[in-house]
Amino acid sequence: MTAAPIIELDGLTKRFSRKLDVVERFARRLGAAVDDRAVQAVSGVDLSIAEGEVVGLVGESGCGKSTLGRMVAGILPPSAGTLRWRGRDLRELSPADRHHANLKIQMVFQDPMASLNPRLRVADIVGEAPVVHGLVPRRQAEDYVAATLRQVGLDPAYLRRYPHQFSGGQRQRIGIARALAVKPDVLVCDESVAALDVSIQAQIINLFMRLREELSLTYLFISHDLGVVEHISDRTAIMYLGRIVELAPTPELFDKPNHPYAKALLDEAPRVSVEKRRFAPIRGEIPSPLDPPAGCAFHPRCPHAMPRCSAERPALRAIAPRRWSACHLNETTGP
Amino acid sequence: MTEPLLRVDGLKTHFLTRAGTVKAVDGVDLRLDRGEILGLVGESGSGKSVTGQSILGLVDPPGRVVGGRVLFQGEDLVGAGEKRLRAIRGRRIAMIFQDPMMTLNPVLSIGTQMVEAVRAHEAVSRAEAWERSRRALARVGIASPDERLASYPHQFSGGMRQRVAIAIALLHSPDLIIADEPTTALDVTIQAQILFEVQKLCHETGTALIWVTHDLAVVSALADRVAVMYAGRVVETGTVAEIIGAPRHPYTRGLLESVPSRNRRGVPLRSIPGMTPSVLDLPEGCAFRPRCDRPTAACTTMPELAGERDDRAWRCWNPVAAEVRGDAA
Repeated sequence: MTAAPIIELDGLTKRFSRKLDVVERFARRLGAAVDDRAVQAVSGVDLSIAEGEVVGLVGESGCGKSTLGRMVAGILPPSAGTLRWRGRDLRELSPADRHHANLKIQMVFQDPMASLNPRLRVADIVGEAPVVHGLVPRRQAEDYVAATLRQVGLDPAYLRRYPHQFSGGQRQRIGIARALAVKPDVLVCDESVAALDVSIQAQIINLFMRLREELSLTYLFISHDLGVVEHISDRTAIMYLGRIVELAPTPELFDKPNHPYAKALLDEAPRVSVEKRRFAPIRGEIPSPLDPPAGCAFHPRCPHAMPRCSAERPALRAIAPRRWSACHLNETTGP
Repeated sequence: MTEPLLRVDGLKTHFLTRAGTVKAVDGVDLRLDRGEILGLVGESGSGKSVTGQSILGLVDPPGRVVGGRVLFQGEDLVGAGEKRLRAIRGRRIAMIFQDPMMTLNPVLSIGTQMVEAVRAHEAVSRAEAWERSRRALARVGIASPDERLASYPHQFSGGMRQRVAIAIALLHSPDLIIADEPTTALDVTIQAQILFEVQKLCHETGTALIWVTHDLAVVSALADRVAVMYAGRVVETGTVAEIIGAPRHPYTRGLLESVPSRNRRGVPLRSIPGMTPSVLDLPEGCAFRPRCDRPTAACTTMPELAGERDDRAWRCWNPVAAEVRGDAA
């Protein structure tokens, strides 16, 4: 990559901790070992996204993918680590620059009904932010909203309607229009097509791809649906229990996954096929992030686990050009 | 042909609302043999779930089965009284819901609920019912069943709860299980575990299964036959190989082409234009006509479900040519 990446995450970490109640604080003062029950939702994630790239982020529920997306979008502050915007640490920017950078990263949510204010008309939902941020004078707001709606394939005649008057697919388009209205460079899509019917989902995926062409957008595309991610993204990162376990160009990853978890996940994903198949499931369940296993978090379920896996956590290492994987097996058997 | 386990003839379930009559299910025919797995596929509002509920007489007012027959081993369940239905539900036909908390009572232990379910249909001792519950839990792959029987639903993860719901459905070795999107809310690896158990159980016990879902990928891996529903009607039916490999109805083909697949990476998906119609206000004739890419004058009258065989049929005047799709990877 020649230019500095548009977004660079360096050891990004998010801990959620519960405050201790009075009794526990008292017990702790008396010397009792009271755990503050912190959940490490995201642990030390390094990831750089090049301008114009689509990075897919895949994982099962609880793996921290949404939390990571929210930190990138600036909705959640990271507990540790740095987030660099076009090569510059966000925390070191002047308030005005930071404000500008935050505006350039927008988010599209999963459930449009929960993320659109039911009491506002579409004209206000989409038009409010660009007016407030001074991108568009208030007088021209309506024309601007109409143009934005056209861009996402909605009829500007719907300007005066409320969210409940739209179908699910149309609401998702409104959510996208709202994100686009502030002229972002990056869209963080968190399960943005998960709640839609298959035929509508295809329409929205096509819309995302068309917008990418037209506006040269960069995406962080978060999804549990491997088919969608394989279709849309250039590179794919697979997360397990707060960490990226494998990162590779999408075709390579889906053809030849390296990490045992990535392998298992790809094997289990049902595909449309004329052949019946027998399922051979991964043992066990995803461990609780409250109490993650020592060493490699996947070792209790891994078919190749060795003693080292429960003792030492594998680092995410390059195993080939542009391919990264966090597994001890790569060292014993060679890449 | 021998009498199938289940035959649904012209089933109609309508909801009488203030806004008008919602014809959620409007003339559905299905048949299912012993040990067979049927995938009932459709998008939201297609009537697939209501069809499943209607078979068991579980439709609540204002919904009502207004026509058709549900012949279960020759007995019509549509006219059957509540007492008769209660004897059949759970014992002969079981249902698994998308949300296992619809099945489980949050304030009773799993053991209490399972023992009750056993004794509701059979006069057995508590100890025997407990033993049978233990075996059912072990069958769906739950470790240390004794401990689990003493726990409450909130102590289980989502995947475990769904397994318990499946174990309850299996208690009486029913002839038929109707599963309504039971794995939709679950993660891929957990879904694979459940599909694995279900496949094994149908194989071992000869239980027939209706798997209601919107997910073509799951159906293609699990089912023997598929019925595709659109706006309250079955629009195409056939074996998995026929439906996935050589769809004849334009809607089925459109659905398949909407699924992102490896061979079309980066290429725009051939999506179906428009959206699923409101069943309150259906177009005259074929309901898919406004979204279809090949409508003709004939489409203003409703086509019959017809084709090569009874169980290989489509509801379309201009079916897609019977070419084998090459990209069903």
